[in-house]
Amino acid sequence: MLPVSPERLAPFAPAAHAVPRSAGRRLYDRLLARPSIGALLGVLSVGLFFTLQAPDLLSTGGVASILDIAAPLGIGGVAVALLLVAGQFDLSIGVVAVTTSLVTALLVTETGLGTWPALLLSLVVALLVGAVNGLLVVTTGLPSFLVTLATFLVLQGSSLALAAAIAGSSRVSGLAGAPGWESAVAVFGSTLQLGDGRFRISLVWWLVATALTTWLLWRTRFGNAVFGTGGAPRAARELGVPVQRTTVLLFLGTAAAGWLIGTLGLVRLAGVQVDPALGSEIEFIVVAVIGGCLLTGGYGSTVGASLGALVYAIARAGISLAGWDPRWFQAFLGLMLLVALLANGVVRRRLRAVPRS
Amino acid sequence: MSTALGTDGADGTAEGRTPPVLELRAVTVRFGSVPALSRVSLALRAGEVTCVLGENGSGKSSLVALVSGLLRPAEGELRVDGRPVRFRSPQQARSRGIATVWQDLAIAPLMSVWRNFWLGAEPTRGTWPLRRLDVGRAEEIVSQAMARVGVPGLDPGQPASALQAGERQCLAIARALHFGARVLVVDEPTAPMTIAQRALVLQSVVTARGSGLAVLFVTHNPQYAHLVGDRFLLLGGGRVAGDLTRADVDVDDLTRLVAGGDELTRLGEQLRTAHPDR
Repeated sequence: MLPVSPERLAPFAPAAHAVPRSAGRRLYDRLLARPSIGALLGVLSVGLFFTLQAPDLLSTGGVASILDIAAPLGIGGVAVALLLVAGQFDLSIGVVAVTTSLVTALLVTETGLGTWPALLLSLVVALLVGAVNGLLVVTTGLPSFLVTLATFLVLQGSSLALAAAIAGSSRVSGLAGAPGWESAVAVFGSTLQLGDGRFRISLVWWLVATALTTWLLWRTRFGNAVFGTGGAPRAARELGVPVQRTTVLLFLGTAAAGWLIGTLGLVRLAGVQVDPALGSEIEFIVVAVIGGCLLTGGYGSTVGASLGALVYAIARAGISLAGWDPRWFQAFLGLMLLVALLANGVVRRRLRAVPRS
Repeated sequence: MSTALGTDGADGTAEGRTPPVLELRAVTVRFGSVPALSRVSLALRAGEVTCVLGENGSGKSSLVALVSGLLRPAEGELRVDGRPVRFRSPQQARSRGIATVWQDLAIAPLMSVWRNFWLGAEPTRGTWPLRRLDVGRAEEIVSQAMARVGVPGLDPGQPASALQAGERQCLAIARALHFGARVLVVDEPTAPMTIAQRALVLQSVVTARGSGLAVLFVTHNPQYAHLVGDRFLLLGGGRVAGDLTRADVDVDDLTRLVAGGDELTRLGEQLRTAHPDR
């Protein structure tokens, strides 16, 4: 960049239309710039509601079970949140988790590869999937919803077929004795017993992912490019923001998050169960939207997505602790999503409104 | 002109005159097989305002996109200080001191004012794995830059959508003036403007010329063009239809030359016939 001195140009005559805003209005504007406020309110209200229904929720056991549910969701949620801010969509993250853990498991059980080389190879597979998603979206301009839906179907079908063809069933297990397994368990499967609650290391991964992505989004040039790419693609191109590179990198990010979720599950179960479960891919998007991300891009936060995962987990754990029929959970989730969408709609109208001159 | 790039142009040309800051030599730009610009030549000199006039679809926007690094020439070449350059992105054009006020202002409504100002060229501190935005400095420079274009006391942290229309325009202009150390490209905004807002655009053009920048001012309006222009480039169908200086034309000539001028003259005559006493 050129060393431009700010004093280079003579000041213009002060314009008459600079109207000072009231303090309340400024606070409102600044609050709107914080997408996670809504999710924070969600955590507090849902937490209060279920604590009244089931006081056990706040015991160490209750908190541990909440965090256990929230961690993998949160890891996927923050990656999807970044992608939503950039105006894209990823349905394939859940199936990437299953496929990559299947790849790891098959490499270990069928070819006798060590745990770490197998994990590394499956990470490469995940990144390839992400690259395909990203490059297809960027080069064709197709909606990423459809592109990743296609990837989802391809991966779902082929992992089911591969598991059946190679391992003979949809369940691959028996990884526990493999070389490097102990250290993999230390990294991806450690637990800590506190009172009657068992806290898993996935919690640490989740916190690291949230902190890292938050820093990336708000404090780096990459984050600014993400906001610009989703919020005003044309302006971003005109200002030379690398829109395409940013988009592809974010798809690589969600794929890597999928791999991490898959690996955490694989190490925990010492195996992988491939089942045709539709719907878990939607959860990450639900979590990000509850966290304040706009589906239209340009607005959102990863802290919000993590809080969204917490709302989800509190509701899930709360319903089972309160002794309700767990089938109510989906209805409750849908209700929360609706509330979040309505709240986000208000924010969007407020933010998009062009004030009259 | 006291910039780091000044060393580039030190060699000068055979005639001893400094080469133009930015020059287009027989540039053709195509979209597919359709030429948007055909063999357009143009020289922008320091302290000179070149106005580009033409109908919709005459290639004005393509010219802006080309000069700003968004489009690449299929034929011909761009020269900065007499040396051929190829911009691969608007970032490169900006780093050579060519900045643009875009027709749509290029403002992301959901981002804060300072993020908009710096988008694509953010100031950072620290080394790579920890390289981060220098928020304090960024906000401070934005406040100063906005105060200079007549919006003092603006909170750089508020979203751009909270700005009034005039303030947004100020933001786009302040940004271009900050990054445009050599060339300022102003594509007159399409949004309806008040007289005060138009005056601001013209003021920015005059200020930039006064501080020795080469200015490319793209407009529909021959009156405004004649007010600030030193040279006038008329575009029609992607070709240069006329390259005039201020000495060649007065406002009426220019209005007549620009498409629609004939209709305006005829309308004037009709009005004179209808109201002979005026």
